[in-house]
Amino acid sequence: MLDFPRWKILSIAIGLALLVSLSIPSFVPKSVRETWPSWMPRPAVNLGLDLAGGSYLLLEAQTADVAKAKLNQMEEQVRAEMRRDPRIEIGDVSVQGGKLTFMVRDSAKVDAVRERLLAITGSGVGTTGQREWDVAVVDSSRFVLTPTDAGLQQSIDTAMNDAREVVDKRINGLGTLEPTVVREGGNRIVVQVPGLDDPTALKKLLGQTAQLEFRLVDTTADPQQVAQGIAPAGSVLMPYADGGGMIAVQRQVMITGGMLVNATQTYDPQSGAPGVTLQLDGAGSKRFAKVTQENSGKPFAIIVDNKVISAPRINEPILGGSAVINGGFTVQSANELAIALRSGKLPIALKVVQESTVSPELGADSIRAGITASIIAVVAVIAFMILTYGRFGLYATFAVVINVLVILGVMGLLNATLTLPGIAGFVLTIGTAVDANVLINERIREERRRGRSVMQAVELGYKEASRTIFEANVTHAIAGFIMLALGSGPVRGFAVVLLIGIATSVFTAVVFTRMLVTIWLRRNRPAEINI
Amino acid sequence: MRLLKIIPDNTNIGFVRVRHIAFAITALLTVAALVLTVVRGLNLGVDFVGGVSIEEKFTTAPPLDEVRALVNGLGLGEAALQQLGGPNTITIRLPPPESSDPAAVDAMVEKVKAALAAKFPGASFSNYSTVSGKVSGELVQNGILAVLLAIIGIAIFSWFRYEWQFGVSTAVAIIHDVLMTIGFFALTQLVFDLNIVAAVLTIIGYSINDKMVIDDRIRENMRKFRKMGMRELIDLSVNETLPRTVMTSLTIMLALASLLIWGGHVLRGFASAMMLGIVVGTYSSVYVSSSLLITLGLKPGFREAKADASNAERVAPRDLP
Repeated sequence: MLDFPRWKILSIAIGLALLVSLSIPSFVPKSVRETWPSWMPRPAVNLGLDLAGGSYLLLEAQTADVAKAKLNQMEEQVRAEMRRDPRIEIGDVSVQGGKLTFMVRDSAKVDAVRERLLAITGSGVGTTGQREWDVAVVDSSRFVLTPTDAGLQQSIDTAMNDAREVVDKRINGLGTLEPTVVREGGNRIVVQVPGLDDPTALKKLLGQTAQLEFRLVDTTADPQQVAQGIAPAGSVLMPYADGGGMIAVQRQVMITGGMLVNATQTYDPQSGAPGVTLQLDGAGSKRFAKVTQENSGKPFAIIVDNKVISAPRINEPILGGSAVINGGFTVQSANELAIALRSGKLPIALKVVQESTVSPELGADSIRAGITASIIAVVAVIAFMILTYGRFGLYATFAVVINVLVILGVMGLLNATLTLPGIAGFVLTIGTAVDANVLINERIREERRRGRSVMQAVELGYKEASRTIFEANVTHAIAGFIMLALGSGPVRGFAVVLLIGIATSVFTAVVFTRMLVTIWLRRNRPAEINI
Repeated sequence: MRLLKIIPDNTNIGFVRVRHIAFAITALLTVAALVLTVVRGLNLGVDFVGGVSIEEKFTTAPPLDEVRALVNGLGLGEAALQQLGGPNTITIRLPPPESSDPAAVDAMVEKVKAALAAKFPGASFSNYSTVSGKVSGELVQNGILAVLLAIIGIAIFSWFRYEWQFGVSTAVAIIHDVLMTIGFFALTQLVFDLNIVAAVLTIIGYSINDKMVIDDRIRENMRKFRKMGMRELIDLSVNETLPRTVMTSLTIMLALASLLIWGGHVLRGFASAMMLGIVVGTYSSVYVSSSLLITLGLKPGFREAKADASNAERVAPRDLP
């Protein structure tokens, strides 16, 4: 018991001092922290949205759309591949029930078709090398292409990663917000924006796919037929974004969003109305110049997400590769469209499935209440411990205070987020942290009652209690890990604090107090202890 | 300075003797909690049923009837009102909109906000949340799964560490704790949401802690006093650990009480669930789980050979208290 070597004492003191110092950044404002020299610890505990105020959105993607898009894309690829020289005639192409089927007109060419399909159905997925598509031939001339699960999974994965990036870009486009955008599970994205208390604009922005298209307006269309919903051959009907009826546009797409380099909100030099200026890339510019040259005097439609924003007339060929969209925008809506176009098209539509917004005032109230409650809890527990165990209780309270600071420090280091349930976890940790010392001290009392000497009683108390503390904390940690694995939101915030607390409290309660007790015993060698 | 002693030294309370009465009371209360939960149901928050929840702060205490009539008049479905953290704050809960269009939720929230602001000048919303039916279903599933897995994981752990009887008695006691807590929510109709699931899991964690300490002492005494009857042994172990059980429960209660009183209304449900859980967990540790070991037929000297080998030095006899 008394053999607590100096190096051990030193290393415990230094280790704890370092861990405690990690908590310092959490107590100073960010502006001060940023002026610190680089060797000082900087990571601080993040405040959750329930404490800082802000918006939380859970977005969900319709993964079925990815499968559909994959099939449509493959259909295009197959058609293009078969048109190549020597052309192979195919027919009866259909995309249905998650399959792409087509017929080869000349059944002698089945092998040639198979050869060409092999080239476009991919070399395999990832490291496992599973095929992306299953290719089968039925009735000796009909091909059936089915995406494999691995192939679909890969497409969904790619789409989700791209979507996450697009969402990130869009929110950052809104300005000074500090969002976190993370993928969750197979088809979800969590967006947290501290400080944002009206997420309406954000949701509108994220709700846009931002698929941009320029198409020529079909001027031959009969207005009466259009009104009846009948599109002329080679054209499709599309609605105006402002709800002003339908318009017939050509099937063929002149310019797509993929040819866009930049989009900015600008004002029309003549009318001063807000609009969006688009900048096209090289290929897009060339294409745009050619089409506008050939179709001077005719209108073309600017389409976003299958809605026609405006259909201006081509007055002169547009050669510079930049185009302006005007069409009843406000500055805000023009800005939103510019951000959406700039950040690219969402590869997959996202829907808000869960949302919560906390006003900054409520957040501030909560954190004030949480801190007040924590301080009162600590003071009450300290008073109770000292009243009950005297000097040993005092040591236990040192351990508890250090424990609280170490938890904060570790949370800062891990960049963990403190939420309201996290504060509750904190308060509870304070309660349970003293349990270890209660166990030890009760054991020492017990051993003293049995007539053991002070030294023996203390030694046995720590030894016997340590085992129990270990058992109890392992089981407690099991519950914590399950919460972390299965929980979401508040449950998780709570579990993080709980788990860190379990680890640190065992150390501070068992090792640190033992050190203090040892030092005291060695100095004073008391024959009787008040416990 | 004379130190505080809440539990006197060398208590000798016959916990095991009254076990049949304790079991009967426990069973009765558990069944009552279950029946209450089934009959009255839980006041599930939007986390679990889906829908929209809007918290509105008024300048003065608003007449609940008028607010209800106002919101119901908007044609958004039946509104459930609840007062939170003082008379001036009201939570309005509405069923999810029929349309799945995200804009529908916004429109709904806007409508309520505008109507309230028009009728009660100065009213401001302080938070709102919406959860779709699908996500809420998953949250329910995960919540139940988490509680079940925690119980199973802990039972397996104590089975491996001790005897199977310890695993079973602990699991039974924990199921009791969980049912009692849920029954409490059915009784009080406090909102049951994700925070409460966290609280229930914490109760499990705490309750386990409590039982482990007693179980550990029982195991220790089983090695020490091989000739002692199981009843005396369990009584001895529970009495020996009683000061610790009471002390720890009290300190945690102190911490939770400060959370309940000063922690703000958002944490109120959480804190009250925890406080009840501590009481129930302590009761089940003292009266249920340890006594159940006898019913399950635990006998001393179970793993004698093994204990002899690894803990030879601990077998040295000590005086009985």
